[in-house]
Amino acid sequence: MVIIGAGECGGRAALALRDLGYEGPVTLVGDEPHLPYERPPLSKDAMTGEAPVIKAIASDELFAERSIRHIHSVRAVAIDRAAHTAQLSDGSSLSYDKLLVATGSVPRQLPMPGLGPRCVYLRTFNDALAIRAHLSAGNRVAVIGGGFIGLELAAAARKLGATVTVIEAQPRILMRGVPAEIAEIIHKAHEAEGVSIRTGQGLAAIADGGKEVAITLADGQTIVADLAVIGIGAVPVTALATESGLAIDNGIAVDEHLRTADPDIFAAGDCCSFPLAVYGGRRVRLEAWRNAQEQGALAAKNMLGADEAHAAVPWFWSDQYGLTLQIAGLSDEGKSIVRRDLDDSAFILFHLAEDGRLVAASGIGSGNAVARDIRLAEMLIAKRASPAPEALGSQAVKLKSLLAA
Amino acid sequence: MSDWVEACAAEDIDEEDVMRFDHGGRTFAIYRSPDDEYFATDGLCTHEKVHLADGLVMDDIIECPKHNGRFNYKTGDARGAPVCVNLKTYPVKVDAGKVLIQIG
Ligand SMILES: Cc1cc2nc3c(=O)[nH]c(=O)nc-3n(C[C@H](O)[C@H](O)[C@H](O)COP(=O)(O)OP(=O)(O)OC[C@H]3O[C@@H](n4cnc5c(N)ncnc54)[C@H](O)[C@@H]3O)c2cc1C
Ligand code: FES
Repeated sequence: MVIIGAGECGGRAALALRDLGYEGPVTLVGDEPHLPYERPPLSKDAMTGEAPVIKAIASDELFAERSIRHIHSVRAVAIDRAAHTAQLSDGSSLSYDKLLVATGSVPRQLPMPGLGPRCVYLRTFNDALAIRAHLSAGNRVAVIGGGFIGLELAAAARKLGATVTVIEAQPRILMRGVPAEIAEIIHKAHEAEGVSIRTGQGLAAIADGGKEVAITLADGQTIVADLAVIGIGAVPVTALATESGLAIDNGIAVDEHLRTADPDIFAAGDCCSFPLAVYGGRRVRLEAWRNAQEQGALAAKNMLGADEAHAAVPWFWSDQYGLTLQIAGLSDEGKSIVRRDLDDSAFILFHLAEDGRLVAASGIGSGNAVARDIRLAEMLIAKRASPAPEALGSQAVKLKSLLAA
Repeated sequence: MSDWVEACAAEDIDEEDVMRFDHGGRTFAIYRSPDDEYFATDGLCTHEKVHLADGLVMDDIIECPKHNGRFNYKTGDARGAPVCVNLKTYPVKVDAGKVLIQIG
């Protein structure tokens, strides 16, 4: 068994192969110099400490104990499907019976001239180290893109005392996948913390002088920053699959078993697109941590011959200041919204399809105020339930009771 | 050794639910199972020190509210990513409608 990509998904898949009792060789190849580690802290806790600390998902000892061979700092450069081998950047090659491609995604590049050393992206621990060095009090940070990573980083930078401006081309932040009512709360939280948010602002020009960056907005204003962090989305890493003739459809295309058209090659995590059973097989690509874990574990199962279909509901969270947002399901499947208020101004929006089916739930509140109800909503979504809107909207009705119904 | 501490009244916790209990600078989670037994564990998740009492109880599983890590609250066993370190458990007894836990 060979796994390409030693991230959340690849790491979990390797461990799952052993959990499932597989005793043959397991090789995990990754181009980063580290053990598989958690990325979510990189825009959150890891940034606000003295220096970023890596949070590995398993130790070297655990991998050794479980006979998982982890090859680091080496890239897979080609897959020879006929020969069942993967070629590596150090000139060696690995034979496989089953191969998992878990190459993840990388930040979308800003297609503009004028970028330079003070224009950076955040994906890896090394990126985080480089960014952290510029987040001290008094520094000016410009965040290009009002998505999750950019906003979390903005919150971290404020905590460290930097001056922060967020620039978003869309009319509001978090346009993709987050209801306006919730984006509004997050927007206000940032403003209350002193972040300047410029929405509806395209970029006219960027000039990186090496020590600072001048960003000219569409309206002619110029923002000068010591560091510009670009967070405008991510693109799946698919080159290996493309070059070996596998189909790409907004990610490496796999079926509900996470198998490509080649029965011996699987793909999972951020790099793949797959049919989502809860929405009638709608093809999606997710960039979410729990999905990477779940798909890693499922791919491992199916590599060992199970024929289990992916059935999970997408789930995502984000932390900014004291607020936590959680979303279960894809809210764009909904046609109407029912609001449920919880204690301490936390609330949940339930997204219902035309036929009344619950298709998604988005919640925001301080700490873990929305967690339990979002989790119950997720189970209702998985059951394809159509709970009465009045029940969803009333805090007096326990969601758990709807689940039993 | 046998330091039994009164945590709450038995009826304070719904069936298949959990409550936070703080004592002596420490925090615990007290559970009432669907078959009406009581259990206690450390209050914080072993992944990122989040209060488990905000999580969801299903059968004998407590699910962490932060990233959905799972533990069996009867044994403390970690039951799935991202948690890998078990939870410490404590003996519990119910006496005259009170839930008592033995803090070692
Ligand atoms: C800063 C940040 C914050 C995030 N916060 C959240 C959050 O709050 N909530 C949430 O749900 N999700 C969050 N995510 C998303 C989550 O981390 C990802 O969905 C998850 O890491 C995907 O796992 P993966 O294994 O599919 O891909 P990755 O973690 O990207 O791992 C892929 C690995 O494969 C390597 N690789 C690629 N090509 C090759 C090759 N040819 N040969 C060898 N190795 C290769 C890559 O270098 C990488 O190490 C965040 C992501 C980032 C970057
Ligand atoms: S804090 Fe409990 S699972 Fe992460």
